[in-house]
Amino acid sequence: MKLTLWTYEGPPHVGAMRVATSMKDMHLVLHGPQGDTYADLLFTMIERRNARPPVAFSTFQAADMGADTGLLLKETIKATQERYQPQAMAVALTCTAELLQDDPEGISRALALPIPVVPLELPSYSRKENFGADETFRALVRALAKPMERTPEVSCNILGPNALGFRHRDDVVEVTKLLEGMGVTVNVVAPMGATPDDLRKLGQAHFNVLLYPETGESAARHLERTCKQPFTKTVPMGVGATRDFLAEVSKLTGLPVKADERTLRQPWWSASVDSTYLTGKRVFLFGDGTHVIAAARIAAKEVGFEVVGMGCYNREMARALRTAAAEYGVEPLITDDYLEVEKAIEAAAPELILGTQMERNIGKKLGIPCAVISAPVHVQDFPARYAPVMGFEGANVLFDSWIHPLVMGLEEHLLTMFREDFEFHDAAGASHHGGKHVERAEAPEPAAQAAPQTQVDTPAVPVVEPSGEIRWMPEAERELKKIPFFVRGKAKRNTELFAAHKGVRDITVETLYEAKAHYAR
Amino acid sequence: MTLDSPKLGCTDSPVRHERGQKAVFCGLTGIVWLHRKMQDAFFLVVGSRTCAHLLQAAAGVMIFAEPRFGTAVLEEQDLAGLADANAELDREVARLLERRPDIRQLFLVGSCPSEVIKLDLERAAERLNAHHAPHVRVYAYSGSGLDTTFTQGEDTCLAAMVPTLKPTEAEELLVVGALPDVVEDQCASLLSQLGIPSVRFLPARRSDAAPAVGPNTRFILAQPFLGDTAAALERRGAKRITAPFPFGEEGTTLWLKAVADVYGVSAETFEAVTAAPRARAKKALAAHRGTLEGRSLFLFPDSQLEIPLARFLARECGMVPTEVGTPFLHRAIMAPELALLPAAASLTEGQDLEAQIDRHTAINPDLTVCGLGLANPLEAQGHATKWAIELVFTPIHFYEQAGDLAGLFSRPLRRRALLAGGSAA
Repeated sequence: MKLTLWTYEGPPHVGAMRVATSMKDMHLVLHGPQGDTYADLLFTMIERRNARPPVAFSTFQAADMGADTGLLLKETIKATQERYQPQAMAVALTCTAELLQDDPEGISRALALPIPVVPLELPSYSRKENFGADETFRALVRALAKPMERTPEVSCNILGPNALGFRHRDDVVEVTKLLEGMGVTVNVVAPMGATPDDLRKLGQAHFNVLLYPETGESAARHLERTCKQPFTKTVPMGVGATRDFLAEVSKLTGLPVKADERTLRQPWWSASVDSTYLTGKRVFLFGDGTHVIAAARIAAKEVGFEVVGMGCYNREMARALRTAAAEYGVEPLITDDYLEVEKAIEAAAPELILGTQMERNIGKKLGIPCAVISAPVHVQDFPARYAPVMGFEGANVLFDSWIHPLVMGLEEHLLTMFREDFEFHDAAGASHHGGKHVERAEAPEPAAQAAPQTQVDTPAVPVVEPSGEIRWMPEAERELKKIPFFVRGKAKRNTELFAAHKGVRDITVETLYEAKAHYAR
Repeated sequence: MTLDSPKLGCTDSPVRHERGQKAVFCGLTGIVWLHRKMQDAFFLVVGSRTCAHLLQAAAGVMIFAEPRFGTAVLEEQDLAGLADANAELDREVARLLERRPDIRQLFLVGSCPSEVIKLDLERAAERLNAHHAPHVRVYAYSGSGLDTTFTQGEDTCLAAMVPTLKPTEAEELLVVGALPDVVEDQCASLLSQLGIPSVRFLPARRSDAAPAVGPNTRFILAQPFLGDTAAALERRGAKRITAPFPFGEEGTTLWLKAVADVYGVSAETFEAVTAAPRARAKKALAAHRGTLEGRSLFLFPDSQLEIPLARFLARECGMVPTEVGTPFLHRAIMAPELALLPAAASLTEGQDLEAQIDRHTAINPDLTVCGLGLANPLEAQGHATKWAIELVFTPIHFYEQAGDLAGLFSRPLRRRALLAGGSAA
């Protein structure tokens, strides 16, 4: 038993719903009680889908428990096939049905429907949403795709994009453009937009593009084994990764790399002098493994940030994430406990968080700006405009969306120069963000001038109590507050580290500036 | 009162009983408003990842800060041995109460999985009470989708509290059902102006304000979905005052009148107290009547508010109810409402989603009240919809909210007119 306040991932059957909802002419039957239908609203509200997800629920109640719940499932499968006439169906149990003894495989076989009915095994009490999507897609591919003759032209499938995926809708368009630019035809995109009949044609592609490993890797591995299709390992997020991806495609196909970089602006936007202030900004990354690993590379190598922490909530990506974290010299954080993430972010005191909607809330609580880079998604992550995060346009989009939450370069200078200014002060926040202007609260002048060492007025008790023996002396505390808010976290942490290192117990103004000199870059 | 419908009353109308796929929330959803209402309570669902995910989705995805609800997610080892599950639960509760010393009431909320594995949460509550009383009172109730639909979770929650209310001989009026604080204050003010001596509310905002109950308690429901709670109060000797529900000018007047009659409030006093707010409510409603009058209305089953709302929209806004669905029809509680509902309305209890959607398509109503899963798909087919969940998250009771309540239904129609380039009626 584990106490959960917020979850990064839903149960595995929600992953199955994502696959079914991504597809066309496909229907999923879920064996579960009333209430499980709540998940429909994720698609219709967050993603603004204009049709009900193609998911039927058996909806058993307490009264059915003594009787035959299996019969209810059987009737639901039959009625769904008759009403919707899909090309294929899948059947899965939700968490409650898993505790009953019903056998979806036997039941669907007994029905002998004229279409494939794929039973899914989704262990609700040990696995989660991404697993559910990955496993559902694998099971469908396994049931439908067979080895077949390759297309005459060089072609590939794009695997993994899903309903409720972070920017998958636009990433598919962008990656297709990249591939077509090299002369590669896209055979099938799946699951997003594919029919079961399209899955039958997967085998005719020359190779697979694994767009999103979280929900496509098992299918890609299955196709590698059965249809002898290699798959790409680079996720084309960022300029460097996009170029690497094209090189990988070239290696797989023998075609020369052709890249249309005419609309790529990110490298110059990053090199231009206005961006100087981005240098070494401390950034903390958290989300799914794929987006975090790719974003860390962009942050460190293309924008010039410093990665001070990174982690993912999906254990399936733990190994890859650990490798990446080692490259940036930070401790990897593998957890799905939101409070643990909050604690880690607080300790790292970054100037920017790149995270999920959950980290956006953490950032709000801690006063740290945040840009969203990964699912779990929110209605805001489905913008009306074209906004991929992959390919060259994706690199442009990421530059804009990461820079926006920050205070702008010149404004930073004003804040540093006039830190006591009534307009440019901590509580005011970045001037290009909405919200009413907050006047600086006029604090009474501290009576610290006379003999501060022996002064026993109210601020004599250090407000900051870092762990261990280190204490902030009142005047150092006041000096710390004069540092602009967007670098104060860094200054505080560096000073404490420096003090701990030097065995200093009481932090004075002196210590603060010694630490500043020590960490000077 | 102008009545467009020549025939009134659905008391003896046939009711279509359906079962099949339902597009409804389970009773756990009630936690989303109950935890805001009871400021010192924590709701601990004992369930699965699905339960946690539902609450997150229903709570509008995110609420800032650490919420006062959570899910103890059952894992494989909990399913293997119940003894261990109980020990795990005790440990999680102890840890939670240690971290949250502000919590004075803890609700263990049963779910579908906890019910199927027969985890006895009532016994767990007794055991935990012995350990954590008097600082914290522990209750258990079911929000499981196997037995509760959406608002029924509030019913099972309040019903679980009734046996623990202190006994009293005092003559008090108890208003039952979670109301937004602003509405509760308006209600208390109206009742006090009528001269009702002692008015209490269930649930109370804080545990130390919990009402007492006894043979001289009179109670009246402010929400229509509280059948079990009403029965539990009657078992404690309290007597129920029957009335339509306080939605709209007419509903509020009839509700207050039922109380006034029991307490022998004079007609003059009643008129003096209600005249001004009645006039205000009528004025506010008039602003929406033009948009709503003559428009047909279809309600998918959702919150059990459907029958009172259909009555309000028909009688005070001139709408024409077609099918009125409700997840559960409590005859005794709904009797005063059914008597007022236009006879042409067709009642459905339960749901068979696909069949109901077919009827909805055939009727093609001007306005559809439905859950979030159906709203956008129906809009995309050209139907104007009102999401039902807003009705439980918005102050809609009593005179001062009558206009707001009508506004919830007129806005989708006005919006469609605006976007179509027409003028908003």
